[in-house]
Amino acid sequence: MTPGVAGSERVAAPAARFDVERIRADFPILTRTVRGKPLVYLDNAATTQKPRAVLDALAGYYTSINANVHRGVHELSERATRAFDEARERVARFFNAAHAHEIVFTRNATESINLVAHSFARPRLKPGDEVLITAMEHHSNIVPWQLACEATGASLRVAPIDDRGELMVDELERLLTPRTRILAVAHMSNALGTVNPVADLVRIAHAQGVPVLLDGSQAAYHLPVDVQALDCDFYAATGHKLYGPTGVGVLYGRTEHLEAMPPFLGGGDMISAVTFEKSTWNVLPYKFEAGTPNIAGAVGLHAALDYLEGVGRAAVQEHERQLLEYGTELLSTMPGVRIIGTARWKSSILSFVMDGVHPHDIGTVVDLEGVAIRTGHHCAQPVMERFGVPATARASLAMYNTREELDALGRALERVREVFGA
Amino acid sequence: MSELSDLYQEVILDHNRRPRNFHAIADASHRAEGYNPLCGDRLTVYLKVDGDVITNVGFEGSGCAISKASASMMTDAVKGRSVAEAEALFDRFHRMVTMPPEAAVEDLGKLTSLAGVREFPVRIKCASLAWHTLKAALAHEQRTSTE
Repeated sequence: MTPGVAGSERVAAPAARFDVERIRADFPILTRTVRGKPLVYLDNAATTQKPRAVLDALAGYYTSINANVHRGVHELSERATRAFDEARERVARFFNAAHAHEIVFTRNATESINLVAHSFARPRLKPGDEVLITAMEHHSNIVPWQLACEATGASLRVAPIDDRGELMVDELERLLTPRTRILAVAHMSNALGTVNPVADLVRIAHAQGVPVLLDGSQAAYHLPVDVQALDCDFYAATGHKLYGPTGVGVLYGRTEHLEAMPPFLGGGDMISAVTFEKSTWNVLPYKFEAGTPNIAGAVGLHAALDYLEGVGRAAVQEHERQLLEYGTELLSTMPGVRIIGTARWKSSILSFVMDGVHPHDIGTVVDLEGVAIRTGHHCAQPVMERFGVPATARASLAMYNTREELDALGRALERVREVFGA
Repeated sequence: MSELSDLYQEVILDHNRRPRNFHAIADASHRAEGYNPLCGDRLTVYLKVDGDVITNVGFEGSGCAISKASASMMTDAVKGRSVAEAEALFDRFHRMVTMPPEAAVEDLGKLTSLAGVREFPVRIKCASLAWHTLKAALAHEQRTSTE
């Protein structure tokens, strides 16, 4: 892997020619204007836009097959159940899970991580035990573990990152002790763009008998993910960053873990029999899906994954790599601009600060130029502390972005400089 | 373009570049820390109150142009005023920045320049952070947050 390039554990097969304009035409929202200017959407790490195929799938589901799943014997219920099952099989193929029952539908990656912290980690944690995370985690991969530690008397250990924003793997290895009960790591950092060597981390942790959860919220829409090749125990992802709808997330878990874990939420659908004395749990994956699930969301996610693989993962990856390189060059040649997160293996994230201008002011000025970026701590306050900044501005890329849009960001940043005399 | 200069008026940019009373006060009788978790802005407001009069006021911290300029202008506005006057000014300022954008703006002198934040809902907290911190300091609360 060359420095500054998107890394991955498994490189997808080369795909057909990549035509960004044709792809843009598939995303209705990209034709709108914002504050009188064409929308330049560079906040993809927060959520991606949705292709028409996803919108059509949602509308199609509600217009022609809406019914509750696993309930009725009537035609619509059976069709809705089938659509829901097919979505799960699609997700399983997307992540190369060995079985569809290893895919649990959740609301988002946050819920996926909470499920593992609650049902897998808590029962195993005792006072003095340790949970190991890294200094680049999103709050969603910090707080569930803090809660689990507080409830059990275990302690949270944090593997450090270096000045480039790379995980210090040697340090992480040192922090794996006989008391470590789980390692939870971002596959890719949302604040820095760093892509972690997750297959290596899994190997290192497994050598000590430590199970591993990977937070794939950022990685899943940029990099091919093969949970069997990674050999991870759990993989968390969210639909709305995979060009799918909000409100549907994914947890991959190995069969033997999911079988052994108690339910997370109680309710309908997750039981096989209920009496007032005792209930028995449904089989996988339903044990973890209490209540009516986000059926439409799963159907929309199915369409999103079809779309993404139809475009071609390798082609998307290469396009995003070129954009990142272009954007990195653009920002690093602007006086007073400093990129935060310069890992050798990174993808699609340009976090930066500008001398003398607070990121929030950058965000507002570029917004008035029609450019949407994120400013703030990106739900990664410890990362901001590590780099000694209160916040950063962050431009994040997706398959439909163009060099022209990065040029528009560059011009908007010139405006920032004019206004603030930076 | 006009929206840009409506928000970042020259007086705001000036107070951002050269904040007034931008220092701690060693013999402060009141102080409070304000925090806006959305953008990470933090500031500390120091007050010296003699009897009923705010005889000295200063602030420290880091923040965006709006929050820094607002803090700077606030210190100018309340210095020499009575506590009751400062609290009344808080109410008028708060009303000004939270009114619907189309509502008429009361003339609050330089402070009126911050009325532009009404067009930018997420920036209202930036403009009001210093004022909330002032109020907390007067109430002898150590910390306040815009959340």
